[in-house]
Amino acid sequence: MTTQPAQRRAPKTGRFDSSVVKKTVMAVSGIIMILYLLAHMVGNLKAFSGAESFNSYSGWIRTIGEPALPTQTVLWIIRLVLLAAVVLHFWAAISLWRQARRARPVPYVTKKRVQQSFASRTVRWGGLILALFIIWHILDLTLGAVNPVGHDSTPYDRLVASFSNIPITAFYVVSMLLLGLHLRHGIFAATQTLGQTNKKRERAVNGLAYVVAGVITVGFLLVPLSVAFGLID
Amino acid sequence: MTSTETPMMSLTLRIWRQRDRTKKGKMVTYHVTDVSPDMSFLEMLDVLNEKLILDGDDPVAFDHDCREGICGSCGLMINGIAHGPEQATVCQLHMRSFSDGDVLDIEPWRAGGFPVVKDLAVDRSAFDRIISAGGFISAPTGTAPEAHSTPVPKKNSDAAFDAATCIGCGACVAACPNGSAMLFTAAKVAHLGLMPQGQPERDTRVLKMVAQQDAEDFGGCSNIGECSAVCPKGISMETISRLNHDLLGALRAGAVPMS
Repeated sequence: MTTQPAQRRAPKTGRFDSSVVKKTVMAVSGIIMILYLLAHMVGNLKAFSGAESFNSYSGWIRTIGEPALPTQTVLWIIRLVLLAAVVLHFWAAISLWRQARRARPVPYVTKKRVQQSFASRTVRWGGLILALFIIWHILDLTLGAVNPVGHDSTPYDRLVASFSNIPITAFYVVSMLLLGLHLRHGIFAATQTLGQTNKKRERAVNGLAYVVAGVITVGFLLVPLSVAFGLID
Repeated sequence: MTSTETPMMSLTLRIWRQRDRTKKGKMVTYHVTDVSPDMSFLEMLDVLNEKLILDGDDPVAFDHDCREGICGSCGLMINGIAHGPEQATVCQLHMRSFSDGDVLDIEPWRAGGFPVVKDLAVDRSAFDRIISAGGFISAPTGTAPEAHSTPVPKKNSDAAFDAATCIGCGACVAACPNGSAMLFTAAKVAHLGLMPQGQPERDTRVLKMVAQQDAEDFGGCSNIGECSAVCPKGISMETISRLNHDLLGALRAGAVPMS
C-alpha cells in the first residue's frame, strides 16, 4: 500500500446510482424479455400448422379478453411492459458501460483474456445490434413498413415474403445467433446478480443458461429457415 | 548445483515508465542478462534496478513488501495477465515460468481508482476507503472469547475464511474488463457477513461499501469472471453473488442504496 494521501470521494446517494441496483434492473428486465421470447417463439411455431392457424393466432392475441375488455387491451399491456423492459435494460447497460469506461481511463498496452467466454465479451455490442434488429423486425413483420409485400397483408404473407429473401433471412439468422450468445451470458449473469448462484449451483445455472439460450435460438430459427428452404410457403 | 551450472536467462523487458501521477507514461525497453530461473520476478527487477542505478539511470518503481505472498503489495501486469502466468502474487512467481529470450510487457494495474504514483507503483488507498466505509464491526470485542460461546456453522466459517484470505492486491480490478472492484468488496462483505459478529451492521455495510466502490471510479461487475481467474487467493465468483444477495436483502428490508 502506498502512503500517498488521497481525498475520500463522497459516495453517490441517489436511489439508482448503485451499480448493483443497475445490474438488478438489468436482470429483472432481462427476465421479463426472456419470458416474452418464450411465448413469442411458441406462437411462431404455429407457422408449421399453416397460414390459417398462424393468422388466427395473430388475431387471437388482439382479441384476448373480449368482450369484457376492448380490442387489443392485453396486447397493449404486453407492449407497454416490454417497452419499459427494453428502455430500462438499455438505460442500465449504457450507464454501466460508461462507468466501465471511466474505470479504465488508460488502456493496457498488452491485455490477455484468461477465462472470459465469447458470449460475455460480446454482450454489449451484441445487445446494441439486437436493439437495431428489434427496430427493423417491428418495421418488417409487425407494421409491414419495410416488408416486401407491404403493410396491407396477412401476418403469414409477410412472414413468407421476408424469409424468401436471402439477405433478410441472413440478417435474421445472425441476429438470432447473437441473441443466443446474449442469453447464454445474460441468464448466468442475471442469476448471479440476483444473488442466486453459488459453487454448488454453478453447473446447474450454466446448464440452464445453455438450454434456455439454445431452445430460444433454435425455436426462432426453425420458421425462417423452413421458409428459406421451401418447407413452408 | 552451483550457480555456474544453472543456465542463465536473458530477457527483454518492456516496462511502463511514468514520472508521476500527472505525466504521461510510455513503454521503455530494457535487456537483463544473468537471470537465474530460481529468482523471483521481483528479484529479477531488483537486478535490473541495480544495473540502472550503476548506470546512473532512474530505477523502476514498483510496490513490494513481504515477498512471501501474504501482504498484497506487489502487483504487476505481466504480458497482459495480472500477476503473470501463475495464479500467485508476483513475489511468488519465479523466472522458471519464463523461457530464455522471452519479451515481457510489464505494466501497472490500470484503473481509474488506482492512479499511477510512479512507473509500476499505483495508489491503492481507494481499497482502504472501501474498507473504512463499512468493512469492520463496531462492537467492542475485548480479548479473545471462549471459542464455543458463539457457535458458527462449519460451512459458514469455511466460507468466511475463504473470503478473508483476500490480501487486497487489486489483481481483480486490474484484470476486470470493467475495472470493477466487486470481487474485493464482495470478499470483505462475505467475510464479515457470514459471522455472527458481523450481523448487526450487515445491511448498512454492504450498502456503504458498494456505494464507496462506485464512488472510487471502479466499474460495475458484469459477471465475466476474469477477477477470480487471476486472484492469487482464488476468491470465487460466489462471493459476488453473496454481495448481491446481501444488497438486495438490505433494499428489501427498506434501506435506500446509500444510507
